[in-house]
Amino acid sequence: MKARAFDYARPASVAEALTAFEQADGDASYIAGGQSLVPALALRLQAPARLVDIAHIAELRGIAVEEGWLRLGALTRHVELHDHPLVATHAPLLALAAPHVAHPAIRNRGTLGGSVALADPAAEFPAMLLAMDAEMEITGPEGSRRVPAGDFFQDLYQTALEPGELLVALHIPAAGPGHRCAFDEIARRRGDYALAGCGVMLTMPGDIVDEARIACLAVGSTPLRARAAEAALIGRRLDPDSIRKAQSALADDLDPPDDAEVPAAMRLHLARVLLGRLLGGMAEAA
Amino acid sequence: MSSALPVTLTVNGETLTRLVEPRETLADFLRRDLGLTGTHAGCEMGVCGACLVMLDGAPVHACLTFAVQADGAEIATVEGLTENGVLADLQHAFHQRNALQCGFCTPGMLVSAQGLLARTALPSRAEIRDALSGNYCRCTGYEAIVDAIETVARRRAAGETAAPFMEEPA
Repeated sequence: MKARAFDYARPASVAEALTAFEQADGDASYIAGGQSLVPALALRLQAPARLVDIAHIAELRGIAVEEGWLRLGALTRHVELHDHPLVATHAPLLALAAPHVAHPAIRNRGTLGGSVALADPAAEFPAMLLAMDAEMEITGPEGSRRVPAGDFFQDLYQTALEPGELLVALHIPAAGPGHRCAFDEIARRRGDYALAGCGVMLTMPGDIVDEARIACLAVGSTPLRARAAEAALIGRRLDPDSIRKAQSALADDLDPPDDAEVPAAMRLHLARVLLGRLLGGMAEAA
Repeated sequence: MSSALPVTLTVNGETLTRLVEPRETLADFLRRDLGLTGTHAGCEMGVCGACLVMLDGAPVHACLTFAVQADGAEIATVEGLTENGVLADLQHAFHQRNALQCGFCTPGMLVSAQGLLARTALPSRAEIRDALSGNYCRCTGYEAIVDAIETVARRRAAGETAAPFMEEPA
């Protein structure tokens, strides 16, 4: 299939991009890497009258640490999240998740901002941003604002972005020393959408878990924080007993939907298996 | 509503300007407008990997990029990478090991393999399979393809080079 005809604008700044979008009377889409949008256009799931290509806007690029926050421009490509030393140091969950995102050629072109703005519930980066309490920097005709990840992902493919607004950058509290991270997912084939995925970030100055952050993907209509599982670990040693309690607590955090391919109970089971593996691995490495 | 726009890009070393409709993919542009039919259009939705080309030195799906987006980019197709000898050793190894039957997936496989070896000098078999996860081959069962790429990785690491690929005389 081929995309329906559209007109094409290539603004050089965020301000120009907002104008180009507005001029299409709401019938426009921003395009960056296009790795999810182009297939949707080819399948005619979407057919906007105008594409606004934001890939050449310098303000949307860059990876830097500013006052304890890692700023990732929305155009940061998946492969850069995998390779960049600042990401490995300050947002290791993104670097660990990157190899699981689709295939190498997609990762060369797909952008972090695109993945976040689409908010596919099976996507890796949105869940990891939720785990890290990231904030989304959004610019629109009304000005700029920052939205915490917890308020950003609202429902299936629904985010805090209003039509015409642009995701400019992602801000992540820079992880200091003493953090340990792990990520894994289960998919039928490498690069397929995950059946369940999980990222864990622990702060353990000594033997005791000081802080725990756990987020899951592909187990609901949005990425989900597993607060009950986190609570089961905090103040405790990472041992078989606390790990079992965290796995069991996942039932309070997750309520996966039943679908034709995967029953709800199986998704919950897979999430528990993953969490057990990740925490077990972290306990061994400790 | 959508008139043709000028696009200037470098394809296989040659810089050219053409008018393209915004909805024309880079794959269709290469095949129809430039006659470079080595880039294969398979699924046209980023799943099969037959249309992979190098864009600014990294493998991307030509079906998931509109030609207008490639303005200013440097594209290398399987034709260009054959002419300049970049793929010669991979092509030899694919030939030797029977790593293709119908050949439809082969241009994409070669581009993926080249992309992998540029990033990872000596990948494990698991890493090779991982790198090929977005390339479908419906003939070979992949084993021969993985063998061929593994062989080339070892040869490159040992500093061996190969002559440009030529069809053997009948």
